[in-house]
Amino acid sequence: MTDEGPEQQPAPPERGDVLVAEQEAGGQKTRDTIGDILRSDHPAVVTVLAVICAMIVGAILIIASDSATREAAGYFTAAPMDTISAAWDAVKDAYIALFQGAIYNPNAPQALSPISETLVYATPLILAGLSVTLAFRAGLFNIGAQGQILMSAALAGYIGFAWHLPAGIHIIVAIVGGIVGGAIWAAVAGLLKAKTGAHEVITTIMLNYIAVFFVNWLLTERWFQAPPYNQAQSRTVAGNAQFWHLMGSDLRVNFSFILAIAATVFVWWLLKYGTFGFRVRAVGANQDAARTAGMSVASTYIGVMIVVGALCGLAGVSQILGTANNYQVTASVDGGVGFTAITVALLGRGTAWGTFAAGLLFGALSAGSGQLQVATQTPPDLVQVLQALVVIFIAAPGLIRLIFRLRRSKSAGSAVLAKGWNG
Amino acid sequence: MKLELRGITKQFGSFTANDHIDLVVEPGQIHALLGENGAGKSTLMNVLYGLYEPTAGEIIVDGEPQKFDGPGDAMRAGIGMVHQHFMLVPVLTVAENVMLGDEYTKSAGMLDQRKAREVVRRLSKDYHLEVNPDVLVEDLPVGIQQRVEILKALARHAKVLILDEPTAVLTPQETDHLMDVMRSLKADGTSIVFISHKLREVRAIADTITVIRRGKVVGQADPSATPAELAALMVGRPVQLQVDKAPADPGDVMLGIEGLHVISPTGQVLVDDVSLQVRAGEIYAVAGVQGNGQSELTEAVVGLVEPTSGTISLDGRDITDTSTDEILGRGVGYVPEDRMHDGLIGSFSIAENLVLDTYDEAPFGNAVSLNLQEITKNATERVEEFDVRTQSAEAAASTLSGGNQQKVVLAREMSRPLKLLVISQPTRGVDVGSQEFVHKRIVAERDRGTAVLLVSTELDEVIGLADRVGVMYAGKIIGELPPTASAEEFGLLMAGQTATDAKEAS
Repeated sequence: MTDEGPEQQPAPPERGDVLVAEQEAGGQKTRDTIGDILRSDHPAVVTVLAVICAMIVGAILIIASDSATREAAGYFTAAPMDTISAAWDAVKDAYIALFQGAIYNPNAPQALSPISETLVYATPLILAGLSVTLAFRAGLFNIGAQGQILMSAALAGYIGFAWHLPAGIHIIVAIVGGIVGGAIWAAVAGLLKAKTGAHEVITTIMLNYIAVFFVNWLLTERWFQAPPYNQAQSRTVAGNAQFWHLMGSDLRVNFSFILAIAATVFVWWLLKYGTFGFRVRAVGANQDAARTAGMSVASTYIGVMIVVGALCGLAGVSQILGTANNYQVTASVDGGVGFTAITVALLGRGTAWGTFAAGLLFGALSAGSGQLQVATQTPPDLVQVLQALVVIFIAAPGLIRLIFRLRRSKSAGSAVLAKGWNG
Repeated sequence: MKLELRGITKQFGSFTANDHIDLVVEPGQIHALLGENGAGKSTLMNVLYGLYEPTAGEIIVDGEPQKFDGPGDAMRAGIGMVHQHFMLVPVLTVAENVMLGDEYTKSAGMLDQRKAREVVRRLSKDYHLEVNPDVLVEDLPVGIQQRVEILKALARHAKVLILDEPTAVLTPQETDHLMDVMRSLKADGTSIVFISHKLREVRAIADTITVIRRGKVVGQADPSATPAELAALMVGRPVQLQVDKAPADPGDVMLGIEGLHVISPTGQVLVDDVSLQVRAGEIYAVAGVQGNGQSELTEAVVGLVEPTSGTISLDGRDITDTSTDEILGRGVGYVPEDRMHDGLIGSFSIAENLVLDTYDEAPFGNAVSLNLQEITKNATERVEEFDVRTQSAEAAASTLSGGNQQKVVLAREMSRPLKLLVISQPTRGVDVGSQEFVHKRIVAERDRGTAVLLVSTELDEVIGLADRVGVMYAGKIIGELPPTASAEEFGLLMAGQTATDAKEAS
């Protein structure tokens, strides 16, 4: 500890003119002003700037892929303004289409339909993203969201179509079934980690395969498959077990979005006020110190994986009991959410509300990509490129610091996220 | 070679680690750099070694201004550095380590092992640094590894050798030997920058002493200065170096260890048949060189390591198979030797670290939720009581200096009623000013009737604090001595000589 890096310097209040000045100004605690935060590499600042950078790079791609611009570029020296205005139009049209597809489209028959779609896409991303975020905080990397979602959807779907229960009861039982399905699947990885030290990255990936083929097998079984048994899809969940719509039956957004908000509040509360959350954070940040303080690392791993799986269970429930999948279990009922959730969690910076915001952003991009394709020449794949770019910029905060000349602060960095691999 | 630093300033953001430091190292001189942890010694040396670029100021070697872009440049200019944490490759031999980074090659890029061996042998002989060039570094004891580091620097023709806290890992005998080596290097014209916070060693070896406090040179001193004068210069106020304590008033046996064995999964015997008793109101110190089973002994007591055989009892009740959580709950305070690794969570706030083992107990929380108000209130009180220097109790523990980090751990462990305090290396990396405080708190805890099991590799600390001392060597308590025994006697026991040998020597 005699290594005297800048981080470990003592900061007795009497040292340094800045501190003295602030104390004289009356404040006991030194608080950053808004201006300070905006010029620092505070995670929120970096995230917003990363999104902006991604949109700029995306704009270049839009221009490069736009045929009108390329045509105009052919006679660039003769009329350079043609190229520039064509490029501007292409970028403007594309981003307007994204906005209209994701938030509000005055020209559509249902002006609020885009926002409804955004929320539908965002719901499982938020739930599974929270799951990955919580695992990150425990120092675990949950690659297994896909498997957990599949198991949840299979169980909730089965309860939904096979059981016949009164309204109200049925949906609750189906939700609980989904939560249990996801929790058990994740708990297996937690148990293996706690008891044998098996790395959760490997076990959760393998559990994904098992879940995929288990669901494939289910879809060949007569008691599960929908008649006339020629398609790989399950029977349809009964009306009593379907989520009710929030904005009228024409718009797909449903009660599962309320569950996503509730789950966000829960994870936020757990990490801030929960005793178990304290243990999770301690184990995630320094398991040796946690063990020395008398915490059981093994039971924390098992416990957190149960909660992590339960959150993915809710994501599965939102898929199968919500509108996204026509209330039928298929081999792709997870909708690729499991992997996007990792990106969402990265973007969310290890916090519940950060993940919520990231899930909304990704949901909006997914919803907008449809309109992008309909209204412009831009390939909808642009959306995935944008998502990837955002993550690259986030993963390289040094790049953002360099571009925007931000001051480096002590708290910044993605330590929480890097930790996941070491778990 | 004459080395001069002129007006070296190094800033990290708004923090100034080095503030216009001037330093002149004359040829063939041992120049001690004395300062508390966090004073900026290591930063200065990293600037000199090309690891940091100074914000302002220049480095002048033999009248020529230099610009170092990395350690390579510094080495070429004749500056060698022995880091506190050795930079050796454990799986390579001594000879391979010595040529690493500047490999001797034959035709076709083949390594010239023979030449490397010859270099090691020649330098070993010239400077009394006996090392077998063909042994793997991982098989060498720490003291010998340090010799390899010095050889490495000498093989690059270092004319100025920087030794960063070189004695932290050595036994008293090894320290004496290192000082002999330093003298012979000096006789040969090599200059040495000796970084330390140990007053005794600095006074014994240095030709001149520069004291640094808070990034500034606060004075030059002569080795003839008294320890009290040097300490006052380092800390900026008079410091009490001796621990003030009344004779112990031992009560009942609080900690009883019987025939304790700890064997590692690889079959290595770490704790070998240790039996000892610590009574209420006394300090039992375990002295010894790092790595002789002290860590495992303390970890077994608090349930972090499972003993292979033997029993441990607390206040008459067996705790051999009890969980750490329960042992701590029964009134055991534990200060681990490696604070940042085991004692604190760097990214957690001071307030959170202060409840790391009581977060789920009233008033700080229950099985479901935390009581943040109580946690904050507790933090404010503890920070005040233990004089933790911080801007806020919400600051991350990693932003504190070593001494203040230790105060946080002590504040946590000592702020509940204790029967037994197990404390390892209480002042490692802790500045002189805080050391005084830490020692006083340990004695105060003893006087309150707590049994204290102290593990320390610092002999001065053991002698100053302990009521009884057991010396641990190769997993065994090989002898018990009163704290009044001579350093010579302790030294022999620490080197593995038996008690009778030790008596003969005295």
